[in-house]
Parts: sequence; C-alpha cells; structure tokens
Amino acid sequence: MAVLTVDVVSADSQIWSGEAEMVVARTSEGEIGILPGHEPLLAILASGEVRVTQSGGRKIVANAEDGFLSVENNQVTIVARQAELAN
Amino acid sequence: MGAQLRVYRQRIRSAQTTKKITRAMELISASRIQKAQQRVAASTPYSRAVTRAVSAVATYSNVSHVLTTERENPKRAAVVIFASDRGLAGAFSASVLKESEELTTLLRSQGKEVVYYLVGRKAVGYFSFRKRASLRSWVGGTDQPEFATAQEIGEELVDVFTRDEAQGGVDEIHIVYNRFVSMVTQTPEVVRLLPLEIVEGLEAPSAEVLPLYEFEPEVDAVLDALLPVYIESRIYNAMLQSAASEHAARQRAMKSASDNADTLIRDYTRLANNARQSEITQQISEIVGGADALVSAK
Repeated sequence: MAVLTVDVVSADSQIWSGEAEMVVARTSEGEIGILPGHEPLLAILASGEVRVTQSGGRKIVANAEDGFLSVENNQVTIVARQAELAN
Repeated sequence: MGAQLRVYRQRIRSAQTTKKITRAMELISASRIQKAQQRVAASTPYSRAVTRAVSAVATYSNVSHVLTTERENPKRAAVVIFASDRGLAGAFSASVLKESEELTTLLRSQGKEVVYYLVGRKAVGYFSFRKRASLRSWVGGTDQPEFATAQEIGEELVDVFTRDEAQGGVDEIHIVYNRFVSMVTQTPEVVRLLPLEIVEGLEAPSAEVLPLYEFEPEVDAVLDALLPVYIESRIYNAMLQSAASEHAARQRAMKSASDNADTLIRDYTRLANNARQSEITQQISEIVGGADALVSAK
C-alpha cells in the first residue's frame, strides 16, 4: 500500500519528516484525516495538534499554530509559523 | 634624514593598528558565518514548502486570485533592496544596489513606475545621498535578522499589494538580495515575488493532468491566508541569505585588508631600515671627514 510522506516544518526549522499511514489535523473547519491516495488539498490549520500515525501504530503528535496543510501525490506538508513536537 | 625615518615608523605603526582592527573583524565574521549559514539551512524547508504549495496552487488551480493571476497593464512596481547596515564588506552593498539600478532601468523601460523599500543603512545612505525617495526603510540588525522584522516588511508589502492603484498600491513586487552560494561566491539576485514567477523545487507539469486542488474552508480564504505567509517566508529567507553573504563578504574583504597591511608593514620596514642605515653611514662619513680636516689643519 502506498504511504504518505510527511514533512512538518516551522519558520525556523524542520520539525519532523518521515513516512506515515495516516495524518489527522485540525483545520479551521474541523478535524481532517488524510490517508494515502487523498486528492490534492490545501487547508488552513487551526491551532491544535497534528497526529501522525506511522506504520506499526507509532504516533507522533505535534502542536502547530498559524499554518496550513497541503497534500499532493501522497506528499503531506504541514507548515506552521510555530510548531513543536508534543512528546 | 631622521625626519624620514620618523615618517616611516609612523606609517608602520598606523598599518599595524589597522591590521589589528581588520584581523579582529575577519575573525568575528568568520565565527558568525557558521551560525548564519545554519539559520539559512534551518529556514529553507519552510520557505520551500510554502513556495511549493503556492506555486502548486498557481499552476494547478483555475481560481483567479491576486496571488495567482497577472494583472493587466501593470503600472507600478515595488522593489525591496536588501543591503547591509555596515560597510567594510567589499562589494556587498554596491553589487546589490547596482543590480537594483539595472532592474529599475528595465522596469522603467516597460513603462512602470518604481517605488522602493530599503533594508539596511547602506541602502538608505545611498538613496538619501542621491536625494531619491523611498517609501519605507528598515535599519539595524541586517547581520542577525529576526523573524519579526520579516513579518513587519511582509505586512507592509501585502498591504501595498492589495491596495488600489489610485491609493498608491503596486502591481508587482521585486526583491533584490545577495544569495549565499558559497564562502567565496555571493551573487546579487533579483526575484519577482508577486505575481508568482518562479516555480521553485517543483517539476514541470507532467503530461497527465493533475486533479485540481480542493480547498478548505474555501478558495479565497485559503489563498488570502497563504499570501502573507508566502511573502513573509520569502523575505525572511532573503534576509538570512543576505546576512550570511554579508558575513562572508566581510570576512573576505577583511582578510585581504589584513594581507595588504602585512605587505605595507614589510615594505615600510625595509624603507625604514634603509633610512636608518644611510643615516648611520652619513654620520660616519661626516665624522671621518671632520677628523681628516682636523689632521690636515695641523
């Protein structure tokens, strides 16, 4: 099965990068889940946590503020002015 | 003869003092380059991600928005010039200013009015000396740029770009800055920020047609939110690049200044030795001459 390539970046550094099975983020409209094969999307993030589930079930949680999320070709980019890993 | 010697010694001392200063500046710059480079590297993923998203939207969506569409008949263009606060960095500021002059000539020949935003004391000095107007300027901190400054510049630019032409709005925004290529090469670069020109880090559209983007909440809201983020990130990146280039340029300039001081000191030492020796020779020949005269007088 295809996997998602995820990048979490903030204004002054790259927070996390890797492969994942699912990304859940909170946009200004509500929570959104992204699985491989998602159509291209550009969404504004509301401040809150972004959960990245890696294959094997390991979860990575990041707090993102003031940013957006883009999806294209299984490439997910979470861009925030301020972001940090929660754990 | 003694006067000549004194002049040489004075010059040697002066060159030695200068060398101390230039050497210190060289070392300071050398130590700061590393940090500046790291900051550029750290901010690059953000800048690239934002630019990529924006260009993808511009390329693959059919929405018309100030961000993605060229304006018809552009009348006014804004040029943002990133120079330095201090000199003693070789051609750093001069090359950026020269590049912006060329850009101005080009824009004027296309019938556009040019307005300026200046960053760095050297750019401000250049403009005020020539009694040319600029809309706004930011001075201080060009060697260690802060994100807050980039945000401030970004806000101003978004404001002026979205304003009507009658109220002093602009149709294009260009930035001119020194791009850090390597420790020895920094090239002045002109980038058209808006409307979008460069599709950085994005492959050319492939033969297959990509599905159009979906937006959440809706197109206009997303693009409106993206515009300031994009401008800010590009400006911040330009400021960091410019800072790294400034340090590299200063280090190189100060290194050659120290080397020149070394050469001067060596040359003047030779001349001083020469002068001292000829002074001694002259004294001896005077004494011998005097003694001879006394002997022959007897």
